[in-house]
This record gives sequence, C-alpha cells and structure tokens, in this order.
Amino acid sequence: MADTRDIELTVNGESRSATVETRTSLGDFLRQALGLTGTHLGCEHGVCGACTVLVDGEAVRSCLMLAVQAKGREVTTVEGLSNPDGTLHPLQDAFWRNHGLQCGFCTPGMLTSLAAFLEENPDPSEREVREAISGNICRCTGYQGIVDAALDAAKTMREG
Amino acid sequence: MKPAPFTYHDPTSAAEAVALLGAHEDAKLLAGGQSLMPMLNMRFVVADHVIDLNGVEGLAGINNTGDALEIGAMTRQRDLMRDPAVAAKAPIMPEALEWVGHFQTRNRGTIGGSLCHLDPAAELPCLMAAYDAVLTVEGPDGAREVPFTEWPLAYMIPNLGPDELLTKVTVPTWAGGHGYGFSEFARRHGDFAIVAVAALLEIDGGNISRAAISVGGADVKPIRLEEAESALAGQAAGPDAFKAAGEVARQIDAMSDTYVTSAYRQRLAATLVERALDKAAQRAGGSA
Amino acid sequence: MGVRYVGAEVQRMEDPRLITGHGRYVDDITLEGMLHAAFLRSPVAHARIGSIDTSRAAELEGVHRVLTLADFPAELQKPMAQLYPAPPIEHNKTQYPLAHDEVCHVGQAIACVVADSRAIAEDALALIDVDYENLPAVVDVRTALDADAPKAHADLDTNLMGRLGSKFGDIEEAFAKADHVFSASFMQHRGGCHSMETRGVVSRDDPWGDGLTLWTSAQSPYLIRRALAAWLGEPEERVRVIAPDVGGGFGPKAGFYPEEIVIPLAARMLGRPVKWIEDRREHFVSTTTQRDQHWELEVACTSDGRMLGLRGNVTHENGAWVPYGVLLPFTSLVPLPGAYAIPAVDVGLDMVFTNTVPNSPVRGAGRPNGIYAVERMVETIARELDIPPAEVRRRNYVRADQMPYATGALLRDGSPATYDSGDYEGLLDKVLELSDFAGFDERRAKAREEGRYLGIGISSCIEDTGVGPYEGTTVRVEPSGKVLVQTGAASQGQGHHTMIALIVAENLGVAPEDILFESADTGKFPHGIGTIGSRVAVNVAPSALDAATKVREKALKLAAELLEAAEADLDIENGIVSVNGAPDISIPLGDLAVKLAPMSGVKVPEGFDPSLEATSYEGSKGAPIASGANVAEVEVDIGTGEVRVLRYSVAHDCGVMINPLIVKGQIEGGVIHGIGNALFERMIFDDQGQPMNTNYGEYLLPLASEMPRVDIVHQESPSPLNPLGVKGAGEGGTIPAAAAVVAAIENALSDFGVVIDDYPVEPQYLCELIDRGMAQAAE
Repeated sequence: MADTRDIELTVNGESRSATVETRTSLGDFLRQALGLTGTHLGCEHGVCGACTVLVDGEAVRSCLMLAVQAKGREVTTVEGLSNPDGTLHPLQDAFWRNHGLQCGFCTPGMLTSLAAFLEENPDPSEREVREAISGNICRCTGYQGIVDAALDAAKTMREG
Repeated sequence: MKPAPFTYHDPTSAAEAVALLGAHEDAKLLAGGQSLMPMLNMRFVVADHVIDLNGVEGLAGINNTGDALEIGAMTRQRDLMRDPAVAAKAPIMPEALEWVGHFQTRNRGTIGGSLCHLDPAAELPCLMAAYDAVLTVEGPDGAREVPFTEWPLAYMIPNLGPDELLTKVTVPTWAGGHGYGFSEFARRHGDFAIVAVAALLEIDGGNISRAAISVGGADVKPIRLEEAESALAGQAAGPDAFKAAGEVARQIDAMSDTYVTSAYRQRLAATLVERALDKAAQRAGGSA
Repeated sequence: MGVRYVGAEVQRMEDPRLITGHGRYVDDITLEGMLHAAFLRSPVAHARIGSIDTSRAAELEGVHRVLTLADFPAELQKPMAQLYPAPPIEHNKTQYPLAHDEVCHVGQAIACVVADSRAIAEDALALIDVDYENLPAVVDVRTALDADAPKAHADLDTNLMGRLGSKFGDIEEAFAKADHVFSASFMQHRGGCHSMETRGVVSRDDPWGDGLTLWTSAQSPYLIRRALAAWLGEPEERVRVIAPDVGGGFGPKAGFYPEEIVIPLAARMLGRPVKWIEDRREHFVSTTTQRDQHWELEVACTSDGRMLGLRGNVTHENGAWVPYGVLLPFTSLVPLPGAYAIPAVDVGLDMVFTNTVPNSPVRGAGRPNGIYAVERMVETIARELDIPPAEVRRRNYVRADQMPYATGALLRDGSPATYDSGDYEGLLDKVLELSDFAGFDERRAKAREEGRYLGIGISSCIEDTGVGPYEGTTVRVEPSGKVLVQTGAASQGQGHHTMIALIVAENLGVAPEDILFESADTGKFPHGIGTIGSRVAVNVAPSALDAATKVREKALKLAAELLEAAEADLDIENGIVSVNGAPDISIPLGDLAVKLAPMSGVKVPEGFDPSLEATSYEGSKGAPIASGANVAEVEVDIGTGEVRVLRYSVAHDCGVMINPLIVKGQIEGGVIHGIGNALFERMIFDDQGQPMNTNYGEYLLPLASEMPRVDIVHQESPSPLNPLGVKGAGEGGTIPAAAAVVAAIENALSDFGVVIDDYPVEPQYLCELIDRGMAQAAE
C-alpha cells in the first residue's frame, strides 16, 4: 500500500486539503492534484529553478520538498502572483515589457524567485540580480531581458 | 524521476527521531533535503523509511556563548547568513555561505545536512575544519561529542552511527578583530567548489599570532594545512609568508576525478590559500 | 493603410498567458483515463540483448502494460525510417523504436512501462530483467576510424557512416601560388539541447476510428505526422500532431523520436490516453545532441594575408544512429568560405559512428563549427604574419559592391551558393565602435598594472537562413469580425504569434487583439515544414503578408460593390471598411464575412468564392544570408584559469527587422548559448561510453551570474529574396560567439604564447597552456 498522509495547506490564499502519497514532491502535488500547472519541473534535481515556489514567503525548490512537508504552510505559485482582479505583479508586467521571456518555461520560477528576492532587496544592482537568478536556468533569453525586467520591476515597486 | 516508495515519519523530538532510527533499518534522515531529495528523485538513494527532521523541536537555532557559537543542526543556511551573532563572531561564515548553492536552496538547506552529507567540495565542512568545530551527536545511549578532525571517516562518510543523529555544532570563535578570508574556485556561481579555502588569522603588531587554513575540495575531506599554520605563526603578515603557505598547499596529495586532475587542484590550492590569507590579513585588526 | 506594426518594438501577444502560469505545455495536458509511461533505457553503451523478462514488472500493482519490440504487431517490428535520406549516407543505421537485438548507446529505449502513475512506472522499470552481452564501445571520434577501433554496430566493419565535402575553385593552383601556407588542427565540442522543457508526448487513439492524436513538444509536427503515418502504414489524415506551447527547442526537438511511436502505439493497444514526459536524465541520454568535431585545415594566403584557398578534413561525430540524415554535418561545411572571398575551398568531412547519443543540430547546427574554423584560420594568419586581426578580415571580406556574391559552392539542389546582400566590413566598423575597440589597449594596460589579463577578440560570420519552400498562412474573417490566423509553423518561444498577427493586422487593417492565432496543429492547418534553421520569419512573413493582402483585396472588392464606391477610395481600419473622407459610409469586415458565408438559400455574391479568407504558401525564394561581426572582451585569471567575458558586442544584419524586440532577444539568447559552448558546456563520456555528467550540477549551462551583457547594433541589408526583405535571426548570435571568445582568450594570454585547440576552454586546460608558456619563456 502506498504511504499516504492527509494534509491541509494554503495555496495562493485558498485553503486546500488533500490526501497525498508521501513520496510526491510539492511540485508534482501542485501540478497534478491542484491543477496549478504554472509551476514547471525542469530538472527534478534542484538545479534549474523552474519549479521555484514561495513557502511562507521564502523561495524554495518545489521538486526538493515533499508535498507532505507543506502541511500547514502557505504556498504561493506563479498563479498567485498577480492580484485577484487580474492585474499583473510589477515583475510580470516588467517581464512582458522587457521581453524577459521567450519559451516561458523557466518564467514561473524566475518570477517567484525574483518576487522573494526583491522583497528583501528592493534596490539591487545588476550584479546582485544576476547572482539572485543564478539558480534559475534560462536557455532562451541569455538572461538580459530577465535582468532588465527585474531592475525595472524593482524601480516600479520602490516608487510604489 | 520520482522517488521509490518509502514510509514517511515526522518525529517531533530528537529522542523520537533516534528511536525511529533504531526501529527501522534502511532509514534516511531528511533535513533540508537539498542533497537527499535529488538523490531520492534520481533513485540513487532508495530508502524504506524517510525520517523528516523538520518538525523536530529544538534542533534549530544559534546560541552565542561568548567564546563559541552553538548552532542547532537544523539551522537553515539562510538563518546563519542573517544572524547578527554569526556576523559579529564568525564573519567568514556568511561570506562562505554566499558560495553555497543558491538563495532558494539556502532557504531549506541546513548546516547539519551539509555536514552529514559531507561532500568533499562543500563549503561548510571546510569552514568547520578551520574552526575545529565540535559536533554533538545523539544516539540511543545519549549524546557524544566529535571533534571535526574525527568527523569524516572516508569519502562522504561521517562519524555517525546508523541510529545516531547530529543535533548541534559548536564553533569556537576567534578573538574580536581576527582576519578571515574565504576563497573558492567553482566553475559557476553556486556550484560545488573545485577547491575552496578558509583562512583565519590573528595578527598582533604586524606579526601573525594564530592561523588556521582549511582546504576543501582537494581531497576526500577538508585538509588543515597545519604545517603552513605553524610556519606562519610569528611571521610578518605579507605576500612572502602567504606565498610560502600556498606552496605548502601545492604539496597536498590531491585527488583526480572526471573533471580535473590532482595537479590542477594543487595549483588552485596554492593560488587560493595565498588569496584567502591576503584577504584575511587585510581584514585583521578591524572592528570585527 | 492603418497602423504600422512591422519594424516597431511591440510587446509579445503570447506573454500574458505565460507570465501568469497559464501556458499549456505537454505536461499540462491531462486527459480522462490517462496513464503514464516510463522507459527502460540501456545502461551500457554497446551490447547484444539476450532475453528481456518483463513478467515481474507486469505483475506490479498499478502497471497496465510492459511493452518491448516483441509486443508490437508483427508488421511494426521494424526500424524507423530515415527522415532525410541523402546519397552520402553509406550506412543508414536507424534505430528500432524499442531495441531489437543490439543497443548502441547508453539511453537507448528497450522497454516501456505504462502504469497508473509515473512513479509506479518507474518502480516497475527496476523489475525488468534484461540480459546484456557487452560489446566493445567506440567513443572518441579521433580514433574511431582506426583499423583496430571497436565498431559502433556489430554488423558493420567500419565506423564511417559516410563522407561529405565542400569543393570549389582551383585548390591546387591556390596552394601553388601562395606565399604562405598555415595549418591548424583543433577540436570543437558543442553540447546538447537543454531546452528547459524536456521532450514529452501525450497520445490518445480515437475509439471511433478517427485516428491518433499526439501532443508533442516538437518543432516539426508535420514531419512527425508524415513519419508516424508512414511508419504505421496509415493515412496522414488519421494522425493528428499538435505542438502546444513548447518550452524551447533549439534543434533537437525537430526530429522524430522512438517515443513518438511507442506512446501512440501504447495508447492504441491499451485503449487509453498515455503520457510520457522525458525526465532530465533521459534528456541527457535520449535527446539528440551535438558533440565532437576534429578539424585539420590548411590555408593558403599571400604575404599581405589575403586568403587564396582553404583545404582540409573534418571528422564529425555522428553518434550511434542516423536519425536526421546529414543535415548537421552538411551545415558544418555550408558556411565555407564564411564572410570572405576565398576563391578555392576543398574540405572533406567524415561522418563517424560512435556509441553515444545520436547527433542532430543544436542552435546554429554545424554553422558555428564552420564559422569557427574559418575564423581560426584568419586568427592564424594574423598571428603568423603579425597583422592585426581586424585588418586581415578587411583584406578578405566579400565586399558590399560584390553583392550578390556567388561563392563558387553549390547548394544541395545544384544551384550556386549566393550571398544575397550585406556589408561585412560595415558590420566590422560598427562593432569596433560599439566595443570601443580603439580604447582597448588602454584598458588592457591599466588592468595589467593590477595583475589582470584582458583580451579582445573578433569574429565575423555569415549565416544561411530561411530555406524554403514555405510555411503557409490562412487568414479568415469570421462573422463576428474576429480574424482567425492559422499557420503550421510551431513556436518554441520565438514569438511567431506576435510576428504573424502583426503582419496580418497591419496589412488587413484589423486590431491585433481581434486576431485569434493558431499554429502547429496538423488537424487545423494542412501543411507545414518545421521551425529549424532560422527559417520561419523568412517563410511565414511572405505568406502572412500575401494571405492578409488577398483577404483585404477581397473585402475591398465586395465592399466597393456594397457601398457603391470605388475600391481605390476605400480603406480598412480597425476591422471596418469605410470610404476615405466619408467614415459614415462603412461596413465591418464581419458583415462582409457573413455575405460570403451566408445562411441557406442566400447566394454568395456573384464573382466571389465563399468565405472571406485566403491561404498562402508564398515562401522564401532562396536562402537569405544574414551576417554579423562580434567582439568579445575577456579577463583571464591566470591563478585559476577562469575566463570572464567582460563585455560582448554584436553588429548584426538580419535584413529588415519585423520586431526589433524579438530580434534583440534572439541575439542575446544566441550569444549566451555560444559563450556556453565556448567556456562551459561539455558532455563527458568515459571510454566505455558512459555519460558522466547527466545532471545540471555537472553539465554546466551558462548562468546569469557568469554571463555578460550583450550590446547590439543593427545594420539592415534587405534581402531581395522575399517581399519584406527579412533574413533569419534565430542563430546569428550563437554562430560567431565561440570564435570571438577563443580569440579574446588567446589575445589575453599572448604573453604566454597560448594557442587554443579545443573548446569549451576549461580552466585546467588554460592553466596547462599558461604554465607551458611560462616554462618556455623561462628557458
């Protein structure tokens, strides 16, 4: 018999409960059980960063955390970044304006990572942004549009 | 790339975790998960039982005793970087932690996890070697203390019994104003080091009074350059002394692997020892 | 004419979905009753397979079927077909979808488990017992043709898959009259695909006989339809292939893979939809890749550095199978003679089997290799004759006044290879200015005072882009006034939606937001080729322009009748046809669409075909030649061998830019890919053919932290080969990058006499060269 646990957690502001197989990663759980397919699994060994989500506000690899470990936690995925009325998070808008994405696969992890990073570093240098996203691999953009978008969003957020 | 099935346990006390270890063969302890989870996902590690330490009370936290930092094994790397006592008493630690993975992995990764995983190229074991840290291990018969020199038994094998749990790391701190330098060469930001060097110096009137140099990545476990340390003692802090220390590092019996040769590791060790000492000397005497 | 979009930096229309987590990639697709597959892959590089016992796996709870080749219908127990048959292929080795009696690389698929979940399918893989009789493996391309080398295929007595060549001009005369002949030999290693989305297939078989549907992460869905239908012996209409959002392609997703046979077959046999998502380790060992080439070249030149002839030989690693014809090796020779007017070329290429992952193009295909080789010879001349590298280039460029310039080479169809337009020296001037090349000596001297070693390197390239024949477009105005735009061209992030929609919006006279865009679904658009070789803009822009223009003309003609006005007096703006100067006299396009698609009993207006729509397959009339000149400035840490690219400057010419924002993104991404090739990405196999670094901790993709900003300046030399004057832009960033970086490293280490003969340039290798140089200087 598969080892399962019942968990309750908050995802993007909504409380959710489910029975999960304990070997299921948080990433697979979000995608498969909750249908939140915005979180992407790119490597499943914690390097590419595509699966990054926020757990209690901290950016973590959802492929390296078991769903059962998210019990009682608050999880935010890319779907939860924009406001409930559909207006975009400043980062999302900046990615759009600065051509910060091409295929879009790494984008959710970039957005969640940078959302957490800018919370703590509202006025980063380009070097700091580059180091912040050094755990997120993008094969398409060469990172420049992403870096520009992050700096642009930081400015927007500072200016409120 | 999904883990093989396992039974999940989430103890709330160290004693309970130790009891679970005793009760189950083939159990793995899950700390921050930043090394174990990839290996489970890839099925390089297949375990019947996974014992999650994240709910264990009292395993996380930093206590400044004045002459040491007592760090709970489940203290996240992120918290070490943010802690004011660590920044004041052991400023090399946040500097070295910048090199550990990425901020997302440091949000989960723990000091204990890194020390038990014991990757030879990891930064935290290298640091603990420099500090002569003492590790507290709890088992069915109570606690025991292991000096770091006795911690690595072999390649990636810590001095930890199958029913034991690392609970605490005690880092004896150096005098205020000591110099510190961490130098590493990795191919990319956040990669495991090819070679990393932690250097600590106390300088008195321009002369070195105390030195510790630890080299990670060169061999299967961190190496203390004791010969260089004693040679430095009493010498003027300066390029000649540091170059000589680098030459000691060049003699390390370094390992070769798929990626680089022992000769290259030796060359890097020489360069990085020199650089770390230079950095440490520049910082010595300041208000640390 | 209404709003102009072509040439403007318009934000992409595909982005709102993708930045909010509402993309639809293959793994996002869930179908009722869907099962999950995992593949057992060979753990050894070369072996004969004895028995395969799947009984224990089949008994595992949650497992629905374990498939081996023997479980296929008898008539389908056959190898896959060659996608691109070509005369140079002497040994057309294509694999069986699941291994037959021999495996030839680590990762080759042997069996497939279909289960309730991927995790259970993986559990079952461990329960399949296979008898492997190990055979010797051949791995190193440099020794694979030695007589005593192990053979990659047990039934072949050679590892030579076939030979290619590029030959024109009088090579003997060129070398006979040369003042100097210089030679160089070097390795080139290009890595794998590493799209952030791996491959993946979801398939279902229609229970009422409507055939198979595949959602697959692919660049060429039409090729897959053709190949799968042919392999099954079924009509193409019974195979529908959809490429949904695709998370990067870069070449390796342009092929047709075993999983694209096995998964639909499994879905058919089980009567349930089946999903397979490649995991990252599988990507390393089963997605086609590029790997090694060994080049040995001689260049003949005059005493002032003018190139007269280039000759030599290339040994090209093919990997274990020939999945993709000779496209990759062919494109290695196509760039010759680069941006230069070299009158004679004779370069041969041996295609060599090894027991490694099959090879196919990765961003740029063989072009980065070919350009690197030519640029190496330019650098060799500059070094040997002590002429500045920029000056050697100036003396050799094909000049703007020589355009169109026939190189002397012949294309596959026998027509002369011709550079259509461009100004290569103009690009050099631009990039030298952009990079402040003139100020470099000062920067270098200042850095040297601090013990830092700076270097600068130039690279020039040409790129054959946009080969035909077509990527079609349909434009159809619906009664609602919404405009459906369909094409076969699949996007993996290039922004096709935006590009095509804006061409249609501008030329039809509708708002971009009124366009519904659909692509890469063989069930919705009948024909397509594929997104490869920087060809889509060049081919689809003409068809989009043509289809939109035809719809516009049809609308104006009908509106003229209905509004009793002359066509010349009408204009279309924001979807409404109106009389110039009398905007109240108007009719919406949607109303015109109703007239042309009326209810029963109502006539279609006289002289009109039904439906306000047009389909066009206007395409490229040749291969427009894009071009570039790049400058890399690097710093080398001689203590560690680390190379940092400090700044990277690009002068680029892809003709008329449809959307400069997208072009910029393509160049930036391409350059970083090229720098990754130059410095980081190396796929390592041991001498038994075991891949050593199948994870992203050890296979080093370029990260933001090490990569420089890329500064870009454009030159626009319109192509005469298509009505918009566009050239491809997808690979021009990658192609010259390695050459520029390597030249810069050599420049930085000129004190040590460093000459690089391999890339990626790894720190240990560089330290060895530095130490050797120091030792020689000390002697």
